[in-house]
Amino acid sequence: MRTLKKEYLLHLMLLPGVIVTLIYAYGPMAGLVMAFQQFEPLAGFFRSDFVGFDNFRYVFELPDFKQVLWNTIVISVFKMVLFLLVPLILALLLNEVTRRWFSRFIQSAIFLPFFLSWTVLGGVIIELFSLNGPVNGLLGALHMEPIMFMLDNNWFRGIVIGSDVWKGMGYNMIVMLAAITGIHATLYEAAEVDGAGRWKQMIHITLPGMAPILILLGVLSLGGILNAGFEQILIMYNPTVYEGADIIDTFVYRLGMFSQQFGPAAAVGFFKSVISLALVAVTYYAAYKYNNYRIF
Amino acid sequence: MHKPTISRRLFVITNTLVLSLITLLGIIPFVHLLSISLSSNTAAMAGEVRLWPVGFNLDAYRYLGEKVEFFRSFRVSLTRVVLGTAVNMLLVFITAYPLSKSNHQFKFRTPYVWFFAITMFFGGGLIPTYMVVKNTGLIDSVWALILPGALNVWNMVLMLNFFRTIPKELEEAATIDGAGHWRILWRIYLPVSLPSIATIGLFTIVGHWNSWFDGILYLNSPEKYPLQTYLSTLIMSINSQMTSISIEQIKAMENLSEKTLRTAQIFMGALPIMVVYPFLQKYFVKGMTVGSVKE
Repeated sequence: MRTLKKEYLLHLMLLPGVIVTLIYAYGPMAGLVMAFQQFEPLAGFFRSDFVGFDNFRYVFELPDFKQVLWNTIVISVFKMVLFLLVPLILALLLNEVTRRWFSRFIQSAIFLPFFLSWTVLGGVIIELFSLNGPVNGLLGALHMEPIMFMLDNNWFRGIVIGSDVWKGMGYNMIVMLAAITGIHATLYEAAEVDGAGRWKQMIHITLPGMAPILILLGVLSLGGILNAGFEQILIMYNPTVYEGADIIDTFVYRLGMFSQQFGPAAAVGFFKSVISLALVAVTYYAAYKYNNYRIF
Repeated sequence: MHKPTISRRLFVITNTLVLSLITLLGIIPFVHLLSISLSSNTAAMAGEVRLWPVGFNLDAYRYLGEKVEFFRSFRVSLTRVVLGTAVNMLLVFITAYPLSKSNHQFKFRTPYVWFFAITMFFGGGLIPTYMVVKNTGLIDSVWALILPGALNVWNMVLMLNFFRTIPKELEEAATIDGAGHWRILWRIYLPVSLPSIATIGLFTIVGHWNSWFDGILYLNSPEKYPLQTYLSTLIMSINSQMTSISIEQIKAMENLSEKTLRTAQIFMGALPIMVVYPFLQKYFVKGMTVGSVKE
């Protein structure tokens, strides 16, 4: 076999990607030194004073920080569980639909919000749950007092979780449906011969057949436990619900961009990146062990 | 096939009803949004509008036609989508091609792969990234929305995996005919990869159209905002006023903003995607299942 001699061309092709990645991915990683600095924008990364772990100590002692960490974990754990459960139920129900056009139509409708931005969906949600919006209208029709959903910490958290599931559930549903299609038809035929009904077939064939993809989706989502949905919460929240819905990312954003406390903000970011990296490493290893899953 | 039992028939009916209900619940919010934008402002503010416009009129859309901010940001969004998608796709192609070679063909493949892969798992985070974008002089330029994410590593990996499924014989035949790497990429790899390119391209286009936070972060002048960033300022300005305690105050506040116009703008922000979505959905689905379920 004759191979191409011009290997330098391959390096040349990679050059633009390497430059962009070096500047905008590795640059910020190097920029994490600011977490250990009394960072002054004018002095930059190179001339700001080093202060050791002062920024970390300062942030961890802030009264809000514990609450922020707690909010992040609560919101993302709820989201993680529902992102498995809801799509699973939808996929199983859709699997029982025999008319293809109907199944297709439902899938399309459920998948649609996935492609819309949080500005649009946030606007819709705020309108739906506003004081004279349709949800309160419905409560009024049932002779119930109106609820200030967007100003109540408990309700707001629920709305954040619910609306994210609404936006994203189509994705996992499609992946799960694909997994169901991959189950061999002969298994169902054999079950039918043995007299198993649809319910038994689901319990003993469909669900076990889906187990690998369920484990995979679950395990991979663990790496994002400190991502509770930055853009969503940023567009939907207001100072009244900081107590229940302020998460690490929104906290960092305000600390850095509004309070100009760059060092402490970067320290929180650093803390988050390191934990996420550890989780991703563990979960990818687990996914590889369980399912032979590799990205390359 | 044998006849379905009664319980089976009952299940099918309930199932159809439940799924229809879920679908309806997903569609109603958008119908409601559209109805508000087509209603009279007084009816919209009083919360009388449900699924059908009350006091039907097109004023909001007429006013929208004269709204400078809306059209300006719409134009910025178009520029961003075209420019950003071109840059993203080009970088995906020329980066995925060398990395799709075997280690035998390209000695340094593995270090390069690691160089890119690490960025999928570790990042500097918001504040350091902002500082780098600032130091490279991109603040307040449309390039701030394009260059930091110019190479989407995930898409590049999808492309790379597709390139690897292309039969080696095609390439060997071309090499014997004297074709170099560029010709092989443009004349052989890309034409046979059209379905994958369509998927990645669509995700890229939708991503650029939908992004709004980078505009808030990197752009100082509102006249440079893309549409979604402009819309986000409309929504966030309501939120910041929402801290008032009494119901009366909130009601008064909600009335101040021009509800129908705001709603019309949000609806227009979603419209392009809703219009093309039914036709392109199969490409989206295809690309996803390629990425997540691997044999």
